[in-house]
Amino acid sequence: MQYLSFLIQNYYTLIIVAIGAALLGAVSGALGTYAVLRRQSLLGDAISHAALPGIAFAFILTGSKTSLILILGAAIAGWIGTLIILSIVRLTRIKYDSALALVLSTFFGFGLVLLTFIQRSGNANQAGLDTFIFGQAATLLKRDVLTIGILGGVALIIVLILWKELKLLVFDEGFAASIGFPTRTLDILLTSLLVIAIVLGLQAVGAVLMSAMIVAPAVAARQWTNRLNLMVILAAGFGAFAGVSGTIISSSATRIPTGPMIILCATFCVGISIAFAPKRGLIWDGIRQRRNKRNLKLPTGKLI
Amino acid sequence: MKASHAKAIEVTDLTVAYQETPVLWDIDLDVPPGVLLAIVGPNGAGKTTLIKAILGLVRPAAGNVLIYNKPYEAQRRIVGYVPQRGSVDWDFPTNVLDVVMMGRYGSLGWIRRPGKRDRALAMQALEKVGMENYTTRQISQLSGGQQQRVFLARALVQDATIYLMDEPFQGVDATTERAIVTLLQELRENGKTVVVVHHDLQTVTDYFDWVTLLNIRRIASGPVEDTFTSDNLRETYGGRIAFIKNR
Amino acid sequence: MIQEYYDIIFTTLIAIVTASACALPGVFLVLRRMTLMSDAISHAILPGIVLAFFLTHNVSSPLLILAAAGTGVLTVVFVELLQKTKLVKEDAAIGLTFPALFSIGVILIARFASNVHLDTDAVLLGEIGYATLNHLEIFGYKLGPVSLYVMGGMLVLNLAFILTFYKELKLATFDVSLAATLGFAPTLIHYGLMTLVSMTTVGAFDAVGSILVVALIAGPPVTAYLMTDSLTRMLIYSVVIGCVNAVVGYWLAYITNVSIAGAIASVTLLVFALIFMIVPNRGLIAIARRHIRQKWEFAQTMLVIHLSNHEGLPEAQTESEIAHLHEHLRWEPTFASRVVKYALNNRYVSQEAAQLMLTDRGRAIAQKALVQ
Repeated sequence: MQYLSFLIQNYYTLIIVAIGAALLGAVSGALGTYAVLRRQSLLGDAISHAALPGIAFAFILTGSKTSLILILGAAIAGWIGTLIILSIVRLTRIKYDSALALVLSTFFGFGLVLLTFIQRSGNANQAGLDTFIFGQAATLLKRDVLTIGILGGVALIIVLILWKELKLLVFDEGFAASIGFPTRTLDILLTSLLVIAIVLGLQAVGAVLMSAMIVAPAVAARQWTNRLNLMVILAAGFGAFAGVSGTIISSSATRIPTGPMIILCATFCVGISIAFAPKRGLIWDGIRQRRNKRNLKLPTGKLI
Repeated sequence: MKASHAKAIEVTDLTVAYQETPVLWDIDLDVPPGVLLAIVGPNGAGKTTLIKAILGLVRPAAGNVLIYNKPYEAQRRIVGYVPQRGSVDWDFPTNVLDVVMMGRYGSLGWIRRPGKRDRALAMQALEKVGMENYTTRQISQLSGGQQQRVFLARALVQDATIYLMDEPFQGVDATTERAIVTLLQELRENGKTVVVVHHDLQTVTDYFDWVTLLNIRRIASGPVEDTFTSDNLRETYGGRIAFIKNR
Repeated sequence: MIQEYYDIIFTTLIAIVTASACALPGVFLVLRRMTLMSDAISHAILPGIVLAFFLTHNVSSPLLILAAAGTGVLTVVFVELLQKTKLVKEDAAIGLTFPALFSIGVILIARFASNVHLDTDAVLLGEIGYATLNHLEIFGYKLGPVSLYVMGGMLVLNLAFILTFYKELKLATFDVSLAATLGFAPTLIHYGLMTLVSMTTVGAFDAVGSILVVALIAGPPVTAYLMTDSLTRMLIYSVVIGCVNAVVGYWLAYITNVSIAGAIASVTLLVFALIFMIVPNRGLIAIARRHIRQKWEFAQTMLVIHLSNHEGLPEAQTESEIAHLHEHLRWEPTFASRVVKYALNNRYVSQEAAQLMLTDRGRAIAQKALVQ
């Protein structure tokens, strides 16, 4: 009887965690599509690392581990990091990649300083903050999942409402501006949505690997379709799949951290897609090339 | 004032600078309605910047642009724009019809999605550029000339009175170039005003009836036969000009 | 007490040597727009290290460095291959490759090695403070921390590579095609550099961890890039800045008892911000001052060009009226009158009744501006 209740309890936790992982996988997959199409794949890396000091600051200021407060701190820090990167690129001759690397590593370092400071101050409540480095989906509570669901849902609804505006912005910003779309506002909005997607995933996947959750589902989805709407849906699907399967695998075996496992599942989707996707995939490409070669040979044979 | 008496585009004292480096100095330019105008000048002369300034895409340091006597913001609907082909990522996941439909977004306004009528208009535009059989083709699988035709169709669908085109002949095959010229001339015959950033000096007299010579400042602007002279060209290109037809 | 001084001295030394060794190849990464490769490599070498560790069961085995260097170069190759399929863009290829490899490394550690000397925190975050615990011992004599020798060796190797191939590196960085036509094998230089970056990264791993290695590799060269145009100076400044960051960061961490690597990274950002503020020509203050000065100069030039464009033409009368000037140029009236005042003071223009007339001086200014 005791065993049964333990099992049910465990099962319940696992369901909660799996739902949370699926939701954030879907949100980061869908929004990651835009980041990948705008060649901002690595901006996600910078944002997720830059969020760490924000989390620590939010905790120092409020002493609370409520995910909403920490997410807010993470989002603000992520935004500040993005702004610094863009200003460095605009005001100096330093290139985008260098600015990204600088902000990413130094913000993360500052976050570590704050974390060690919190640890030293011996705040009994601090345990668990370092899950934001590698992520621990098992720590997701019902209210965290609710937060992910609401914030992620709002982000996805915004994407849906502004579908054609965002599509044109990403494809042809100049044309969008010429017909009167407020491109700068849309740009800020899209970046903000990316920040939200990233900070939502920090608790489960961790700052170090969160960027892959932005990139991998979108890259996998791109191989299967040439339409943006399908790509967003597929990316959300791949993201959700990676989230759920990673969580289940890591909870069914001992000592497999969730974040890395989720990333491996997402990478697996990419591998499959790149190899097998019809029309674009490598294997398809190989078959087509061989067929072309055969077709080429025939007429030359006739000529001789 | 009747539209036919108004200037289609009126640029006055326009100076544009990127970080205090002038790209255009005090440009005055009147474009009468119904002309097919080539903007000609060496690399870095500010041709693209002039188009972008007319479209309000760059903020001028001084001066003003009027479209039929009103600022651009009020006249967006009657202006069609063809950006440089190289300015977008052609690997974007979308197809030909979808890109052309983007030309309808301006008149659709916020949030509303394109409908049947927009689709029909897009099909018409595709027929005009001879791309009606490519509607579902992924845009990365188009040749340079086909991509340019798609961009033109997108501008046609805007159903504008004034068209601004940034190097529509860049990297297209001879057939496409002829097709585009025919299309531009057709637009002019229908009373539209077409402004084209152009590179090939050889074809200016054949294709266009009006020309603006630009090199950071406006060197000359007017009908081709009066304006496209070797003197003006020498002033524009600073003697670095290898081939001009003897006029 | 003596032990404590001993630790401080050696940790400082390790910090200085590590910072120098990282800054040198970092300069070329920054100039070649490949800074993020250091981020990718520093993460991706983890599985290489772990596998080598399983073979040797020794964290300080030189095999670890070789294995890591191999994995690092493999990462570079893999990213390039992925790009060549044309299915994935470069940034996405980097963003896919290193998290996957890093994940494999983390899982291997967590699963099979969590109780040994490798643990994920150490790998990711590093702790330079522990670097002094592991000593090189020969015939029972303590010869100082192993890390010092490893990073010292890397420093010498990097210096030797850069000094030997200085000309080739310079050419391959600024003009790849010219380097190729001259037979300098830019690809070879490229992979040589990547091998060094990988080896340096794994060496520095021990001390600062995989993410902060990026701060050491990218931070100082990016800062130095603001200060000079000369490659040689950039190399020297980078090393100096790297050392200053490391030493100041370490001491701050020592005083406040926080993560040393984190403190070094934070100081790196602060020093960058400081230099960015005050550096002549490219600094924020210089930019702002130039901006203000140029704004008025530029406006005066606009004014004289405007006048000269309309000089002698029928519309000159209306175009040069002071009262209507701001309407023609679309300037704020107050701005316009201030520009006119400056231009009058500089005697670019003279006032006749309500009209502005160009002086010879003003005409010359207009001419000069248009010719450039």
